[in-house]
Amino acid sequence: MKKLDTSKIRDAVRDAVLDISVHVESSCVEAMKRAEENETNPLASYALKLMNENIALASKTSSPVCQDTGMCIVFAEIGQEVVLTGDLLDDAINEGVREGYVYLRKSVLDPVTRINTKDNTPAVIHTSIVKGDKVKLGVILKGFGSENMSKLYMLNPAQGLDTALELIVDTVRKSGSNPCPPVIIGVGLGGTFEKSAILSKHALLRKIGSENDDEELDGLEKELLKRINALGIGAQGFKGNTTCLAVFIEKYPTHISSLPVAVNVCCHAARTKEIILEGEEI
Amino acid sequence: MNVIKLAMPFGKDELSTLNAGDIVYITGKILVMRDAGHKRLFEYIKIGEMPFDYNGRIIYYMGPCPNRKGEVIGSCGPTTTTRMDKYTPYLLDTGLLATIGKGDRNDENYEAIVRNKSVYFAAIGGAGALYKNTVKEVKTVCFDDLLAEATRELTVEDFPVVVAIDSKGNSVYRN
Repeated sequence: MKKLDTSKIRDAVRDAVLDISVHVESSCVEAMKRAEENETNPLASYALKLMNENIALASKTSSPVCQDTGMCIVFAEIGQEVVLTGDLLDDAINEGVREGYVYLRKSVLDPVTRINTKDNTPAVIHTSIVKGDKVKLGVILKGFGSENMSKLYMLNPAQGLDTALELIVDTVRKSGSNPCPPVIIGVGLGGTFEKSAILSKHALLRKIGSENDDEELDGLEKELLKRINALGIGAQGFKGNTTCLAVFIEKYPTHISSLPVAVNVCCHAARTKEIILEGEEI
Repeated sequence: MNVIKLAMPFGKDELSTLNAGDIVYITGKILVMRDAGHKRLFEYIKIGEMPFDYNGRIIYYMGPCPNRKGEVIGSCGPTTTTRMDKYTPYLLDTGLLATIGKGDRNDENYEAIVRNKSVYFAAIGGAGALYKNTVKEVKTVCFDDLLAEATRELTVEDFPVVVAIDSKGNSVYRN
């Protein structure tokens, strides 16, 4: 058994927020450079040039890469052999968000009154108990220009995978110029209504260029990437060769009556980080 | 793809020379508003009051990050325009010169842009740090209580945009 004070989780969340709001995830930075090199439409090329200048400038000057510093999502995987001490886990995560967002935009508000919470809390927290004696945090700052373009479909088995793929491509087609393309697409296949959505969000933590451990899903990801790029939406919707940087799929068993398909759209600037915290021996 | 520098004051005559796909660097004073500011403005308009004058002005759809010490503003790229589609035709019909945002607009806005010989400019979505460097001065105009969504006036220098919908209704998004 190991013990971990949740103040360590608070600090890790705060540091992650400060880090990823200004430094775009490195595999995404590289993918954006490749998109610029491969672009043949002058206007999309101009947009990619400015987008890449912005990514570099944000990093160099520690300025938020985008003014929409998003809502903070934390996937907290707690090893079953870890005893958490100190403040409640959710309170620690939210305190980390509060401390991290002092100079970031506070975009979180009550959905009914539209009154701002003024510190960007609460985070959206997905906690799971896993094997082992470590705590893994997956932190995502998600802007809502792209989040608003996301969709969830409850298909029936007769519609099958072909329809699922068509709807995923169609979701990107309909989102057009809105989500700051080139986009990154997280897909959740199966489970229930909510499970598919959570999978589609979790999928965004993957590194661009990494292969899916599941061979079949890996094939689907490559096929979808090709089909989405054939849409020709291009950077900023100015038409071009790169509409999508990556497709990541996660799956979960589902019911005999259904095929849930969640499509989470992310902009060209992935603001994600995974952190592993080790506890102390008890 | 023409590259044009446009310094204020300018009006519909200058806008009518621009074509979809032109790159424009704007210098001058622009207003800033987004969802909550528009909603509030229309509540005033409904009761016949005008909290500020938008005649001949440009509205940029944006809500900035807070500024740190020594900065006039934080990161300040555009937000998604389509959420403002509901409000813009009325504003263009009653004197607003042009708008800046990101992403395509609906058909009603294309018609309003052509009808009023306006232009819709696209700023580069996500380029918050880059746009911050073009802002020289910030003034709050009204609705300060809306925090990041307050109505502001920015003085910008060489603020890069693309003519997304021109005064003839041509667009970089559509065929």
